[in-house]
Amino acid sequence: MTTHASRPEEQRLVIVGNGMATHRLLERLIRREARPGHIRVFGDEPQPAYNRLMLSPLLAGEIEHEAIALREANWYAEHAITLHCTERVIGLDRHLHEVVTAGGERYGYDRLILATGSRPRLFDLPGAGLEGIHGFRTTTDVATLAEARRHGRHAVVVGGGLLGLEAAEGLRKRGMAVTVVHRGATLMNRQLDRHAATLLADELSGRGLQLRLQRQPRRYEGNARGRVQQVVLDNGERLAADLVVMAAGIVPNAELGFEAGLAGDHAIAVDDTLTTSDPAISALGECCEFEGSTFGLVEPIWAQVEVLVDCLCGLDNRYSLSPTATRLKISGIDLYSFGPLDPGPEDEVLRYVDAEHGDYRRLILRHNVLVGAVLYGDTRDGPWYFQQSLEQRDLTRCRDTLLFGATDATQQLEEAA
Amino acid sequence: MQAKTTCPYCGVGCGVTAELSEQDGCRTLTGVGGDPAHPASFGRLCVKGSALHETLGQHDRLRRARVDGLETELGQALDGVAERLAAIRCEHGSNAIAGYLSGQLLTEDYYIANKLFKGYLGTPHVDTNSRLCMASAVAAYKRAFGADAVPCNYEDLEEAELVVLSGSNLAWNHPVLFQRLRAAKSRNPLMRVVVIDPRVTDTCELADLFLPIAPGSDTRLFNGLLSYMAAKGRLDQRYLERHTRGSGEALAAAREDAPDIATVAHHCELDPERLETFYYWFASHLHVVTLFSQGINQSASGTDQCNAIINCHLAGGQIGLPGAGPFSITGQPNAMGGREVGGLANQLAAHMDYHTPGAIERVTRFWRTEHLTPTLPEAPGHKAMALIEAIERGEIKALWIMATNPLVSLPDSRRVRAALERCPLVIVSECMAHNDTLALADIVLPASSWAEKDGTVTNSERRISRQRGLLPPPGDACHDWQLMAGVARRMGFGEAFAHVHPAEIFDEHARLSGFENDPAAADWRIFDISGLAGLGREGYDALAPIQWPVNAAHPQGAARLFEEGRFVTGDGRARLVAVTSQPSVQQRTADAPLILNTGRIRDQWHTMTRTARAPRLMHHRPEPFIETHPEDASARGVVEGALARLHNGLGEYIGRVRLTTAQRRGEVFVPIHWNDRFASRARASELIAAVGDPLSGQPESKRGVVQLSPRPVAWEACLLLATTSGVVPEAADWWARIPLNHCQRWQLAGESLPDWFEWCEATLGDTPTLWSEDAGRGCFRAAGIREGRLTWWLAVMPPGELPEFDWLEACFAGESLDPEARRRLLAGSEASAESSGATVCSCHQVGCRTIERAIRDGSNTVEALGERLACGTQCGSCIPELKNLIEATEAQQEHADDHETVVS
Repeated sequence: MTTHASRPEEQRLVIVGNGMATHRLLERLIRREARPGHIRVFGDEPQPAYNRLMLSPLLAGEIEHEAIALREANWYAEHAITLHCTERVIGLDRHLHEVVTAGGERYGYDRLILATGSRPRLFDLPGAGLEGIHGFRTTTDVATLAEARRHGRHAVVVGGGLLGLEAAEGLRKRGMAVTVVHRGATLMNRQLDRHAATLLADELSGRGLQLRLQRQPRRYEGNARGRVQQVVLDNGERLAADLVVMAAGIVPNAELGFEAGLAGDHAIAVDDTLTTSDPAISALGECCEFEGSTFGLVEPIWAQVEVLVDCLCGLDNRYSLSPTATRLKISGIDLYSFGPLDPGPEDEVLRYVDAEHGDYRRLILRHNVLVGAVLYGDTRDGPWYFQQSLEQRDLTRCRDTLLFGATDATQQLEEAA
Repeated sequence: MQAKTTCPYCGVGCGVTAELSEQDGCRTLTGVGGDPAHPASFGRLCVKGSALHETLGQHDRLRRARVDGLETELGQALDGVAERLAAIRCEHGSNAIAGYLSGQLLTEDYYIANKLFKGYLGTPHVDTNSRLCMASAVAAYKRAFGADAVPCNYEDLEEAELVVLSGSNLAWNHPVLFQRLRAAKSRNPLMRVVVIDPRVTDTCELADLFLPIAPGSDTRLFNGLLSYMAAKGRLDQRYLERHTRGSGEALAAAREDAPDIATVAHHCELDPERLETFYYWFASHLHVVTLFSQGINQSASGTDQCNAIINCHLAGGQIGLPGAGPFSITGQPNAMGGREVGGLANQLAAHMDYHTPGAIERVTRFWRTEHLTPTLPEAPGHKAMALIEAIERGEIKALWIMATNPLVSLPDSRRVRAALERCPLVIVSECMAHNDTLALADIVLPASSWAEKDGTVTNSERRISRQRGLLPPPGDACHDWQLMAGVARRMGFGEAFAHVHPAEIFDEHARLSGFENDPAAADWRIFDISGLAGLGREGYDALAPIQWPVNAAHPQGAARLFEEGRFVTGDGRARLVAVTSQPSVQQRTADAPLILNTGRIRDQWHTMTRTARAPRLMHHRPEPFIETHPEDASARGVVEGALARLHNGLGEYIGRVRLTTAQRRGEVFVPIHWNDRFASRARASELIAAVGDPLSGQPESKRGVVQLSPRPVAWEACLLLATTSGVVPEAADWWARIPLNHCQRWQLAGESLPDWFEWCEATLGDTPTLWSEDAGRGCFRAAGIREGRLTWWLAVMPPGELPEFDWLEACFAGESLDPEARRRLLAGSEASAESSGATVCSCHQVGCRTIERAIRDGSNTVEALGERLACGTQCGSCIPELKNLIEATEAQQEHADDHETVVS
C-alpha cells in the first residue's frame, strides 16, 4: 500500500468517466469542506461533461450545441479538479492504487470512482460492422447523425424506447424518412401501458414516422463502399437504410472493473455505500449494479450521487432502491409513469381518455392506495400522484376526483375531513 | 321605455315595471323591476317575479293551431271548434258542452267565457282551476257574509297586533306579502305571529309561536278557540248581538267538538301550553288577522275549517277593523277576477247565483242584444271533479280547456287522463307548445301569454290592476277572449261578442256588476264596480290599482269591507256556522301508512310551463323530491339523497329524498309542480284521491295516504345536452329534465348497469370524444365534442357529488373549447375557481359556500351578508336560509375552536 492520506485535503480522488453522474458528484463535492483535496477526472469525450438528456433537441436542431454544456473547462481548474479530456483509462492497478490510461500514463489514487456509463447494445448480426450504424449517446453521435442526410434520406432506428423514439424524431425533423423497428408489441413498453403506447404510436405515425412493431433486424446489407443500405427484418421485409441508429437497450461499461477483478454480474456490483468489492473503489451510475439492478434513468443515479458524496466526506449515508417515477418528453409529448404497468388481480384501474386531444391518464389502485400511474399529454399532476403513492395515502375519499388531479382531489379530501 | 303591469304569479298581485326596447320595429321586454307605486307590493318582487323577463321569448311557444294533430290556419281551427260544438249541441244538447277555465285568465277573458258558455251555449258546466285553490274559502265567505267578499287588505296584516298564519307557507308562496309582514314586525316589536302548519316551513322564521298541528284538525283547533273565548268571557257579545246570527249553535257545536284545551291538544297533537298561549293571545287582542290559504282550503272539510276561523273572528268582533279579519290569500293571479265575473260552476254571473231570486232573468236581460236572447241554464253545473265524472259517464261530450293543465293539477290524474282520452271533443287553448294536457287535445288553439295579454286582474285584497299587453303574441296566437269571440261569431252569436278591445269587455263587466244593484236594498250585491263603467279606452289604459267595490258610495274604492257591520245576507247579519270536525275519509292503512302533504316550492309556479324557462329558478330545487322524517325513512331503508318511491292504489311518484325533522313523523311532503314534461314519475296529483269538500267541491289535494319505499337503482347519471330538444332519453328507467341556460340537464337512473359506450351510441347517437372511468365504483364520465364545440356531457354519479353547472354551461355556450377547458371538462369545473356551492339567493345567484366563507369572515348577520354579497336584498325569500347558514356556520366554527383548544 502506498501512502494513505488521512487528511481530506491530501486525499487523491480519481474518477473515471465524465458523464452527468460525475458532473453532479463534482458539483456537490466542491461545496463540502471535507472534500478530497486532489480530484482527477478522466473523460474519453473531447469536451467537459454535458447534459446528455438534451441530445434529442440538439439532434432535432431545436437547440444549439452550447445549450447542452454544463460547465466550461476552466471551472474544473478553478475548483482544483484536474480534467483529462479524450483520455481513456484502460486499466486499473488495484495493488498500486493506480489507473492506467491509453497513453500509458499512470495516476495514483487513494479513492477511485468508476463512472464509465454505458453504451448502446449492438446485436451480433450479419453486417453489424457496416458503416452508417451508430448509437445515440454522445455529441459525436449527434454530429454523425446530423450529417447522415448526406448519405441518403432513409434511416432505420432499432428500438422503440425513449432513446430510439427521440433519435427517430430528431432525424425526422432533419428531413429523413425514418422507420422505427421495435421488438415489443407497443412502443416504450417499459413505461407505457398499451393505451398510452397506442396514443403515442398514433401521434408519431401522424407526424410521419414509420413503425414496425414486434419486429427485429435479421441482418444489415451494405453497398460496395461498405456502407449500410438495407435492413432486413425477421419477417423478410427489407427497409432502405442509409443510416441505422441502435437504441435497443444499453450495456454497462463494466469491463474496466471486471478486468481488474471487481465483482458483478451485468455491471460492477456495489454495496449501499456504492463501494465495490474493492473498498478503495466505488462505482456510480449506469456502470454499477446494486442488489441486481442496473440503472438507466437519472433519478436513482442522483440518489446514488447524494450517498456517495456523503461517504466521500466521511459521513454515514446509505443507498437503497426506491420507487422511481419516469418523466419523459419526446418532442412535445409529455409522459409520466411509475409503478407496475399491468394491474394485478386485486387492483382497480381509473382511466381518463381523450384520444383526439392526446390526453391519457391511468391510475392503478390497490386497496385505495395509488400504486401505479401512466400520464400521457397532461403530466402536471404526475409528481403529486407519485407523492401519494410514496406516502401510501388512502385515497378512498377523493376517488371521484382523483383522475382530475391534485387540486380537485385535495379539495375533496379536505371537504371529507 | 317603461311600462307598468302586474305579475302573473301568485295572488299577491305585485306591480311590475317592465323595461322595453325597440329595435328594427321589433319590441322586446329586456327587464323587470318592482313598481314602487303599486299598493300591493311597493316596489318589491319575489324571485319568480324578478325572473319574468327570462321566461319570455318565442321558443317553445305555441304559434299555430292544430286540428286532429295537423297544423291549421287559425280561422279553420275556429271553424272546426264552432262546427263540432254546434254538432254536439245539436245532437246531445247544451249540457254536453263544458268549459274548464283558469285563474291565469284575465277578467275580460273570464267574462267572455262566462257569457259564451252560460249565456249563449247555454251550459252551466263551466268551472275553473280556482276550484282547486280557494273554493272552500269562497263557500265559507258566502255562508258567513252572504257574499264571496274578502274583508281585509294587506295593510291589515301590517296593522295587526296578532297575525295567525294557518295552512300558509307565506314565505315561499306569497313572498312579497311575507316581506311586508316581516317589515311590519320589525317596526312593531309588539306584533305577534303564530304559524299553524304540520310542517316547519320557512314561514316559521317569523313565528313567535309555532303549532305543528296534526293535518286536518284545524276545525277542532278553531272550535277550541271559540269555546275558550266563551269560557274566558272573551266573546264580543255586543257584536254578536248586533251583527250576527247563529252564535248559539256555533258555540254549542264548538263546545261539543272541543270542550277544553286538553281535548284539543290531544286531537291536534299539540302541546297544551302552546295551544293555550295561542288561544290567550287571540282572545286578548282585538286586532287579529288570520291569514289562511291552501292548507285550510284543500281539504274535504275545507269550508268548515274556513268557517271555524271566521266564527272566531265574528265572535271576537275581530272584523271590519284595521288590522283585523279572516283573510283568504289566493294562489293565482286572477282567482278573484274569475269569481267576480261568476266563472265557477255554481255561480251565474257578477256575484249572482242561480238561486238568487231574479238573477237568471236579470242577466238574460242584460246580455240580450237586438236580435239575440241568451238561454241561461237554470241550475249550477258540475264542479271540476264532477266534471271529470260527467265525462266518464259520457254526459259531457266536449270540453274546452283554457290556460290550465288539468292532467297535472287535478287529483287522481290517471283517471283524468282516461276521462279526457274518451271525451269526443277536447279543445285546448294554450300558450306553450308542450304540456301534458295538449297531447290529448283534438283542437289546439294558440293563445297569448303574459306581457301580451291585455286586461285586468284582481288580487287577494280585491285590488283590480291592469295587466298590460306590451308585446305582440307570436305567430297566430290570440287573446283567449278573441278566440272565444271568434267561435261565438261562427256560431251566430256575433252580435253579443262584438267587442274589439278589452276596455269594452271591462265596461260591460262593470255595468253588469252595478245592473239593478241597489246598495240600500236587501238583495244588494257587494261586488259593484259600476264606478269603473264608462272609462273609455284611455281611462281603462290609465286605470290605477283600485279595490272594489267602486261605485257611487265608494268612488275611490274600499280598502276594507263590513266596517259598518252590515253583511250581504238579506238581514245584514253575518252567520256563525255550527261546524264539527270531520275525519278525512282518507285514513292511513297498512298499505298506505303515511299521510301525504303537497305544496308549492319557492321558485316554481304550477306546472312549470313558465318558471322552467328561467334556468335560475331551477337551481333551488332542481329535481322532484320527497321530504320525510329521518325515522320514517330509516324504518323503510330510505336514505338522504337517494331516489325513493311513494305509492298507493292510485299511482306512484318517484323523487329524491330530503330527510328533515321539519316533517312530522308519519307524514311526507311532495311538491306539486313536476309533470311528464319534467320528470318520468313525479306527478303529485297521481297519488291524490278524487275526494273533495262536498260544499265547495274543492279537492283534498293537501292529503293523501301513501307508502314510502326505496327506489333501488344500479346507476344514476347526469346528462347535459346542448340541444334544446325535449326528447326524453329512453335509455333510463327514471329521469328528470332541468332546463339550463345553454343546455338541458337530465338526471337519469337505471336498474341495470349498461355498457356506457353502447349506451352513448344508442341514446345520443354519438361516441364519447373523451371519457373517464372507475370501473370498480361503476363511475363513468364522458363528453362529446364536435368541431370543437361541446355537444354533450355525461357523468355517472349520484347528483350529490355533481359539480355546479355554471362553468359547464359556459362551456356549452362557447364557440370552441380551449385546451385547458377541455382538460377540465370531465372534472366539471375550472381548477382554480373556488366553487360557490348550491345557489341560495336566486336573485343574485349567490351560493352557499360563498356565503359560508363570508360568514366566517365576520359577515354574520343577514344585513352584513346583504351588504357584502347582495344576497337576500332583492326578494328576501332566502333570508330564512341565510339565517340557517349563519347559525350552522357559527356552530361549526365554535366546534372547530373547541377542537383547537383541546389540541393545543
